[in-house]
Amino acid sequence: MTSVLSDTALIFGRYARQSLRSKVQMLFGVLMPLLYLLFFGPLLTKLPLASEGSSWQVLVPGLLLQLALFGASFCGFAILLEKQYGVVERMRVTPVSRLALLLGRVLRDTVLLTFQAGLLVLVALVMGLRAPLGGILIGFAFVAATAVALSSLSYALALKVSSPQEFGPVVNAATMPTMLLSGLMLPMALAPGWLDVLSRFMPLRHLVDGVRAAYVGDYTGTPVLYGALTAAGLAAVAAAVCTRAFRRAAA
Amino acid sequence: MQFFSGSVFLSGMAVITASGLTRTFTAHRGTVEAVRGIDLAVGHGEILGLLGPNGAGKTTTLRMLTTLLAPTGGSATVAGCDLVRDPAGVRRATGYVAQSGGVDPNISVREELVTQGRLYRLPKARAAARAGELAHDLGLEGLLDRPCAALSGGQRRRLDIAMGLLHRPAVLFLDEPTTGLDPGSRAALWELVRRLRADFGTTVVLTTHHLDEADALADRLVVVDNGVVAAEGTPRALKTAYAGSPDASLQDAFLAITGRGPAPADTTPVAV
Ligand SMILES: Nc1ncnc2c1ncn2[C@@H]1O[C@H](COP(=O)(O)OP(=O)(O)O)[C@@H](O)[C@H]1O
Ligand SMILES: [Mg+2]
Repeated sequence: MTSVLSDTALIFGRYARQSLRSKVQMLFGVLMPLLYLLFFGPLLTKLPLASEGSSWQVLVPGLLLQLALFGASFCGFAILLEKQYGVVERMRVTPVSRLALLLGRVLRDTVLLTFQAGLLVLVALVMGLRAPLGGILIGFAFVAATAVALSSLSYALALKVSSPQEFGPVVNAATMPTMLLSGLMLPMALAPGWLDVLSRFMPLRHLVDGVRAAYVGDYTGTPVLYGALTAAGLAAVAAAVCTRAFRRAAA
Repeated sequence: MQFFSGSVFLSGMAVITASGLTRTFTAHRGTVEAVRGIDLAVGHGEILGLLGPNGAGKTTTLRMLTTLLAPTGGSATVAGCDLVRDPAGVRRATGYVAQSGGVDPNISVREELVTQGRLYRLPKARAAARAGELAHDLGLEGLLDRPCAALSGGQRRRLDIAMGLLHRPAVLFLDEPTTGLDPGSRAALWELVRRLRADFGTTVVLTTHHLDEADALADRLVVVDNGVVAAEGTPRALKTAYAGSPDASLQDAFLAITGRGPAPADTTPVAV
């Protein structure tokens, strides 16, 4: 157990240093949501999106989960590159904990995405977002949970496929509909009945609804509860899938 | 035919044993029987040369013995640990230099070496010290703070070798370690391998396409062809048996065993 922890710290350090070396890349992930914030947000300020609070309190939670969704889903690309360099096998012949090889990476991704979420919220505050601190922290927690779950799944997929050409299309096919169907851009409350029903099957819908509720100070209602349950469920599924994939591929 | 295989290497002290080791790959189109039942017994401190044409199954055999690939048949032990039952024990005792290396081009030579040491659970200071020693032994001083991408082909290969040695493994697997090395670096590697054996009793299994290297360095040779052991013995015994005289060339013996010349190395040598 202690070796899992120290190995995880070692792997985390390796990839955290890699992120720190490429500062452009660190900011690149936050670019897309930032563009939405700057060029899409102002369009919404006069629209009656929210029954409570301002449009920023609806848009920013969506952008946070968009950041987590896209940022985490593509994490697996790094493992595909490392497979080609032979780094994955080189690590697998060492006694390092197999679990740590995954956890160290996922931890780095989660820290990085939460940091980017922080940047996004800072810019949003400058642009006019007002939200209670508790709500903002709940937002970061949901971003972190999404990052853990989706980056783990992304690594599991990357271990299974043999080339980036196989990986990219699968991830694209999963992320784009997820973004649209989860109501990340505009709340699903605006949707016609059938779309609203369909979107309830998307886990991210419940996370974003939870963060939106938290952003207007409603911490104890069903949205935050459902969001938390969904986050826990996602993490459990991801852990199960990953452990299996890692046992198979990296025994 | 029975060959003398060195009286100190009794099977009772074998560091590596394999019996009927088999690996079949199932691909979309048909199956490939890469290794079809290999038996091995490698003694403590022995330097074993694994020879064979391209595609003979050498790399697949090493990948099984280093736990990267599960055998589809047979069994093997390395340093007393069973491949399947105690892979962690095998990993602790072995170092592996893969045919195509395994460093990240964007990371510095020093960081890769130190990380590798720590993956083998060396304390940080010890890993750093070992990185320095190995950089000295393999002529990499002065390159430690460069990214791996900035190394020449030969320097990169020497780094690959250093990466397998950080924890002073009891058993060392080298897959075509000298492919791509210039003659000077090649001679230096032979020296290093001999010194590891002399100083630490390291057991070494290496594959090579350089028959002069196999002749000069290995105590014993195993020639693999089509996934099975085609011949085995000391270089001298193989030359005598297959080329007619202990003074014949190993090349002639190899030709007689496999029915064809040694395959050229997979990559052409590069300047260092
Ligand atoms: N992952 C794999 N999937 C399918 N076939 C493989 C795989 N790895 C090796 N082979 C096949 O197994 C045979 C032996 O390969 P290998 O062990 O690399 O030979 P060598 O190292 O002696 O040149 C070859 O025919 C090769 O194509
Ligand atoms: Mg090979």
